[in-house]
Amino acid sequence: MSVVNDTQAAASTGTETFEPKILAFACHWCTYSGADLAGLNRMSYPANVRVLRVPCSGRVNPQYILTALNKGVDGVLVCGCHPGDCHYVSGNYYAKRRLMAFRRMLQYTGLEPERFQVRWISGSEAGKFRDTVTSVVEQVRELGPYKPDPALAALIDSSVDASNPVLPEGGEA
Amino acid sequence: MSSTNRFAYFPGCSADSTGISFTKSAEFVCKRIGIELVEIPDWCCCGTSAALVTDKNLAVALPARSLALAEKMDADLDVATGCAGCFNSLKSARHFAKQSEDNRAYVEDLIDMPYSASNDVFSFLEIMHRPENQELIKNNMVTTLHGLKVASYYGCALVRPSKVCEFDDTEDPRSMDELIELVGGEAIDWGYKVECCGGSHNISDPKAAKKLTERIYEDAMINGAEAIAVACPLCFLNLDMREKELNAIREAEGKSLFNIPTYYFTELLGMTMGGSFKELGIDKHFWPAEDIAKQALSARTQSDDTAEAKEVAK
Amino acid sequence: MSRVGVFVCHCGSNIAGTVDVEHVAEEAAKLPNVAYATTNKYMCSDPGQQAVREAIIEHNLDRIVIASCSPRMHEATFRKMLAGTDINPYMLEIANVREQCSWVHKDKDVGTPKAIDLVKMAVAKVNYDAPLTTTTIPVNKRALIIGGGIAGMQAALDIADAGYPVTIVEKESSLGGRMVMLDKTFPTMDCSACICTPKMTDVGAHPNITIKTLAEVESVGGYIGNFEVTVREKAKYVDYDTCTGCSLCETKCPSKVDSEFDQGLAKRRAIYRPFAQAVPAKPTIDAKNCRKLIDGKCGVCEKVCPVGSIKFDDEDKVTTEVYGAIIVAIGYQLIDWTKIYGEYGGGRFKDVISGLQFERLVNASGPTEGHILRPSDNTEPKTVVIVKCVGSRDPEKAKSYCSRACCMYAAKHAHQYLDKVKDARCYIFYMDIRTPGKGYDEFYMNTQHDGARYIRGRVSKIINQNGKLICKGEDTLLGSQVTVEADMVVLETAMVPADEANQIGSMLGITRDKDLWLSEAHPKLRPVETNSGGIYLAGTCQGPKDIPDSVAQASAAAMKVAILFSKDELESNAMIANSNKNLCNGCGACVAICPYGAITLEEITARENSVMVTREISKVNPGLCQGCGACTVACRPGAMDLRGFTDEQIMREVAALCQW
Repeated sequence: MSVVNDTQAAASTGTETFEPKILAFACHWCTYSGADLAGLNRMSYPANVRVLRVPCSGRVNPQYILTALNKGVDGVLVCGCHPGDCHYVSGNYYAKRRLMAFRRMLQYTGLEPERFQVRWISGSEAGKFRDTVTSVVEQVRELGPYKPDPALAALIDSSVDASNPVLPEGGEA
Repeated sequence: MSSTNRFAYFPGCSADSTGISFTKSAEFVCKRIGIELVEIPDWCCCGTSAALVTDKNLAVALPARSLALAEKMDADLDVATGCAGCFNSLKSARHFAKQSEDNRAYVEDLIDMPYSASNDVFSFLEIMHRPENQELIKNNMVTTLHGLKVASYYGCALVRPSKVCEFDDTEDPRSMDELIELVGGEAIDWGYKVECCGGSHNISDPKAAKKLTERIYEDAMINGAEAIAVACPLCFLNLDMREKELNAIREAEGKSLFNIPTYYFTELLGMTMGGSFKELGIDKHFWPAEDIAKQALSARTQSDDTAEAKEVAK
Repeated sequence: MSRVGVFVCHCGSNIAGTVDVEHVAEEAAKLPNVAYATTNKYMCSDPGQQAVREAIIEHNLDRIVIASCSPRMHEATFRKMLAGTDINPYMLEIANVREQCSWVHKDKDVGTPKAIDLVKMAVAKVNYDAPLTTTTIPVNKRALIIGGGIAGMQAALDIADAGYPVTIVEKESSLGGRMVMLDKTFPTMDCSACICTPKMTDVGAHPNITIKTLAEVESVGGYIGNFEVTVREKAKYVDYDTCTGCSLCETKCPSKVDSEFDQGLAKRRAIYRPFAQAVPAKPTIDAKNCRKLIDGKCGVCEKVCPVGSIKFDDEDKVTTEVYGAIIVAIGYQLIDWTKIYGEYGGGRFKDVISGLQFERLVNASGPTEGHILRPSDNTEPKTVVIVKCVGSRDPEKAKSYCSRACCMYAAKHAHQYLDKVKDARCYIFYMDIRTPGKGYDEFYMNTQHDGARYIRGRVSKIINQNGKLICKGEDTLLGSQVTVEADMVVLETAMVPADEANQIGSMLGITRDKDLWLSEAHPKLRPVETNSGGIYLAGTCQGPKDIPDSVAQASAAAMKVAILFSKDELESNAMIANSNKNLCNGCGACVAICPYGAITLEEITARENSVMVTREISKVNPGLCQGCGACTVACRPGAMDLRGFTDEQIMREVAALCQW
């Protein structure tokens, strides 16, 4: 309990710099193992990042990114295998096409490009994982907290909820 | 791109001078088979190799200007030209403009005229080689070449580079051979179809140029050619005009002499359609070309009067 | 209301050293639905696992979160543990608080809150875990091999020796492929036929091997363990059951055509065996050239056949059988240089021949009985030019890749030529010399000692003058132009995929690279597998290679099949895509995106809004789906979801994280 209080106290003093929250989607086969390797090598990187494991970068739905940004994350990083190395043949190509188009759309709505980045990091590139995470954290720290446009956020929220209904189990084909 | 037989015509600088025979014979054939040529108003120098070594922008701007004028005259017409040098310059400028929207805008900026680069550029050879035109040529023939042995010489600019010219095989082109055979000639198999004729060296290093020209004649002779066919005024000039000079050198060296006249392929086509030598410009060659043409047109039972036979006779 | 158990591992001091694990457990206990939270020194140890089992019973847990090392480390361990309890093994989430937390953050003040967050995310997700089951797929222990060249034969023999039935489908009328056309093999110079034909005989005589010649695969359905394959065996017009292979018919047939086996350098009859040692050792009639089959006249073979085996009314035989595994060994062909290299005469010069033609020319049973003679006038060439990389390493005109075997067989050809023709000169134009392999470079050196002159450069033009082939090229080492007057030119042409590669690739769901070579599943670690389960590659269909490499790959592929066949049933992946039929609108976006061809549209008739409707919906084949989830994002109505990584679960994780 004391630990949490300490950090909160530190943040509230105002002397502490802003600590961004970064959500990183990592594919199981490349980037997640690259992140594990960073641990194995006892590398050190900012604690501002939380890794969410997905089987493949092709599994990352743009809706997740919208939701994350609108619910309080300051930056999102999506990582997968290098082009040509996808465990599932072509998932990272799908991810690249989808997310690049999506990224431009987000920029159009006014999002700073640093807040949503896509990177290819292999299972052996622990150093690249550390460097990427560090640089994303630095860039977003520089930008300050993300403040979603409330009207836009509400709009996105409703559209996300409508297109992603929670279904009871058993509706299988 | 139009598929009709109507073209914006780019004559080029040689059309009324050194290339007069090409102009006359090509216009004759076009008229016979119904190809309509509309001269591009105010066309200018294509730039050719001189512009290319002077300034890259100039090399694009000069041909692009004429292409833009053609477009302005009639946006539906593709451009036709006889000279292989002109063809290569025009086609290269269009190729550059087609590569990207940026390039096209750059060209427009250079020439200060709108240019969409939509219309293509074709040489007479490519146009007459089209299947429908081959059919028309066949229908207009009144006689044949009676097995005249012709070496088709394509030179450097008609088929290369392949990405620009988009026509025929770069190393072993066949289109002129096929037209020769269409009108009853025998297209001989030889090795110098696309080798350099040395044209550009004639000023700077004439000795080297002669050697390059000589090997073309030599291979044609070895392979039994009675005539050489070309599709470019520059090729024509460099072969036809040099034959006499080459023979003088060869005589001094004690080598056998050449007696192979050079024809524009359009002259050979025109001959079989009943064009007179005067109409086709065959009377205007440096190396006399009328005798062999006459022989070819008169039905020969045995083509025993080969180049070598005549060589000996001489 | 679920009952979650959270177990936080100390991992000795690995985690506990920089994360206050007790505090993490305290915080976890406060999370919704968490019925129990505790710590343990080593969760993965037997006592650690026992503690979990006991807690499940004691606290009536229905799902658990383990905060420990990476799931890549012990997810499988804990699943196995759950399999021994009442909880489904998939009701488990791992919070990675070691590799991605305690090991990368040196300070407890930093590591502890992050570990709490990671546990929160895992708890949020585990709440939406559903019990998953795997299904079992029966394995039909019969292998199909497409292609009867050296790779196909080697794979067939290995699988057959392991005790499983094998069928070889060969498009030609004999086994042997390209290897049997070769004269000698580098670097040992053993006779190709002497080492290849015994293998052909072994295959022909093996009780576990069925050979279908003049055959092609028409369609393939099903999936690993259960491929339904339709094969068309073309009419042979000879009854193989009665034919004795006496070859009397071949001697009497009046119709002569260019022999494919001898690369057009000799003639064969319309009823023929491609070569003397063919397996099966029985002739077939080439219907396109048989006078009887063309216009009904002739029939000499029928008259002379002592056993009455000729069947002019023979028809194609189409059979459908089930196989558990397929090995593709369709090999390569040589690039048709005549269409690309006008500068080499485009095929008009008779004495400009391909390397394979040279193999026939130098072969003792070839058209010239092994005497090297010019095809144009049957004289012995005194100067031969060998041009390497014709079509290879030439991205402008042909292929950008190196064909790998040509440096060696060019050296072999030079060696054979210099050996057979006295006072001969041999020039080899090359770009680079590539001789990696046992004894390869020594072989190349010996060829140089034989007198072969290597010229570094390409031939730019071949001109035919007075019966000589004038080869013009450049010696790039001297920086000068060279001209060689040759009597014969041998072009060592590029290997390209077989004509069928594209069609077979798409039929079997094997990806092709830019040059249409069939792609392996992983270039380093899965070199014989494809991305379609149960389908393997052997030999040159995967890329240019020499005989030893082809044979090695064939045995590797055979081993993969033997491993598959060692089980009676296969367990399918539990975490696969699943389509909700109520939401699916049958658009087919998932079908197009699936790299495994695992999704199909099928028609259903169901009552919807009180009306019976018939419409198409997507269906996932659990045997083929690998669980990548690409389809889920492509699905516009949101019908497709991925078990174990559902949209709901990921969104809950995101939401949990956002409370941070």
